[in-house]
Amino acid sequence: MSSATGERPKLAVWKFASCDGCQLSLLDCEDELLAVAEAIEIANFAEATRRVVDGPYDLSLVEGSITTAHDAERIREVRAQSKYLVTIGACATAGGIQALRNWQDLDEMASVVYASPQYLETLATSTPISHHVPVDFELRGCPVNKRQLVEVVLAFLHRRKPLVSEHSVCVECKLRGNPCVMVAHGTPCLGPVTQAGCGALCPAYNRGCFGCFGPMESPNPAALSERWSAMGVPDRDIMRAYRSFNGYASPFREESDHHEQRSSPNS
Amino acid sequence: MTTDPPVLLLREDFDALIGALERRGYAVVGPTVRDGTIVYDEISRSDEMPVGWTDEQDGGHYRLKRRDDAALFGYAVGPQSWKQFLHPSQLRLVKADRDEKGGMAFSDGDDGEPARYAFLGMRSCELHAMTIQDRVFLGSGAADSHYERRRRRIFSIGVSCGVAGGTCFCVSMETGPAVTDRTPHDLALTEVIDGDRHFFLLTAGSDEGREVLAELPVTMASEDDRAAAAERVDRAAASMGRAMSADGVRELLRENFDHPRWEDVAQRCLTCANCTMVCPTCFCTTVEDVTDLTGDHAERWRRWDSCFTMDFTWMPGGGARQSAKSRYRQWLTHKLSTWHDQFDSSGCVGCGRCITWCPVGIDLTEEVAAFRESDPQNPKSPAP
Repeated sequence: MSSATGERPKLAVWKFASCDGCQLSLLDCEDELLAVAEAIEIANFAEATRRVVDGPYDLSLVEGSITTAHDAERIREVRAQSKYLVTIGACATAGGIQALRNWQDLDEMASVVYASPQYLETLATSTPISHHVPVDFELRGCPVNKRQLVEVVLAFLHRRKPLVSEHSVCVECKLRGNPCVMVAHGTPCLGPVTQAGCGALCPAYNRGCFGCFGPMESPNPAALSERWSAMGVPDRDIMRAYRSFNGYASPFREESDHHEQRSSPNS
Repeated sequence: MTTDPPVLLLREDFDALIGALERRGYAVVGPTVRDGTIVYDEISRSDEMPVGWTDEQDGGHYRLKRRDDAALFGYAVGPQSWKQFLHPSQLRLVKADRDEKGGMAFSDGDDGEPARYAFLGMRSCELHAMTIQDRVFLGSGAADSHYERRRRRIFSIGVSCGVAGGTCFCVSMETGPAVTDRTPHDLALTEVIDGDRHFFLLTAGSDEGREVLAELPVTMASEDDRAAAAERVDRAAASMGRAMSADGVRELLRENFDHPRWEDVAQRCLTCANCTMVCPTCFCTTVEDVTDLTGDHAERWRRWDSCFTMDFTWMPGGGARQSAKSRYRQWLTHKLSTWHDQFDSSGCVGCGRCITWCPVGIDLTEEVAAFRESDPQNPKSPAP
């Protein structure tokens, strides 16, 4: 596609509260990067170049979650300057690992961590971008999968729907020929409730899925947890398994809350 | 078709069978142990097979266990089925390239020469599953060329089961455990271990099977040998881990579309699609188009899909089967009931894979029993 001015479409990459791993996935696309740079003008990408081209932008990729009042304002500016806004990674789509703060008392934590917490200006929660502005597409993952990232950029360029499946990781295991680690080894695995996209990376190395890509399209975590319990996994560990990179995404959040209540001695 | 009398091949001569198949240009695919499971992969010697292994199976449970002998086929079935070779999980259908004039040139994406496989160790349920997929892909005047060109090149060696798995119910579905003339095959064998004697009874089921047998160091099988083999298969038949009364199941599911049991199973179902992926007859696919960055090259791929995914029924406005209930009902009703309308048989061969490989152990034999319990037509069910 071309931009309004008939030139190459302008791509901007924005960072909010995050580790930079997702935007680095774009730099990791070594084979595709030159072709991407030919098709798209990289107008703002601090990890790649200091050059900044003014907006408006045709496509904004947004990494990170909203954790400060300043960022909550900044994302509105980004949205206003972007024709399409795509969030990338667990921080931007679910609040990220830093959303663990959402279950804690912020002042208490700040007083423990910082010598002078009065200089700290932060929100009580870490929330996904979609809680603040309309988002055109969410690309999951911690980090995102680089093939999927290129696919989203390609789909944008060619004006088609991105090929990003929302079914379980199990489908990827079966396509890849992985034996099921839960059934064959008794290893607890979040694959059945987690969205595909990683290529079933962990089960391919005989590890259970960690849920990096967040809840799949129709998750049933209660049924999976019941099986984990029968396998001898304590409630506290089930709670922790759901409460990680995508812990604040509602199906995982509710399941972790449920097991937190069950494991609390006062309940 | 008349059955040839069985001949006897000693265990120490078993590699001669693999050698004879290789000499005829076949890549031999057989059972082998990988990551704690028995999978199907290319093998060149019998010691790559699951020598002395068996499998313990139950709902959502599979473990390899040592046997107290050195059987080659002393297990039931693993997570994979032969469909992965005839109906690959991912297949490129079409390639498209932009030509110099700006037009598009299309070419066959499935342009490689498919391997000539000898499938060593097809269980009777699996031979039935292949026959069912033959009807799906080759029947009704719309043959799938990709399946057809793989299927016609294979050499099949069936194995009558000497043990039944914990989730097996082929006896209920009348699909095993003995390999019979009801399913086409090139060779059929039965393994016998009796004290110090370890041998296989082999029967040819085709002309090519006879040619292969003629190249092997076989001897005539005695009455006692044949009785020993038959006794083992009978024992497997008597020790099925599961049973499902298949009588009238077609009508039972058809008439219980709104039964509360669907809601009950939906509470347990993960909609993860594992059951359909491991099923040896499930055949559904989706088609995906991919483009490169330049937009000058595109490919169309076919990959396994499942009636448990939302994309499967995606239309403008969303998926047609939103609830887990509607998706599980679609799968089970198709498998056991409407499959008859479509392909003149059940879609289930009683292999038990969907029970074993369901992460939460949902068991279709239990579900069917629950429907039967409350069926008003069933005299044993409680009065409504």
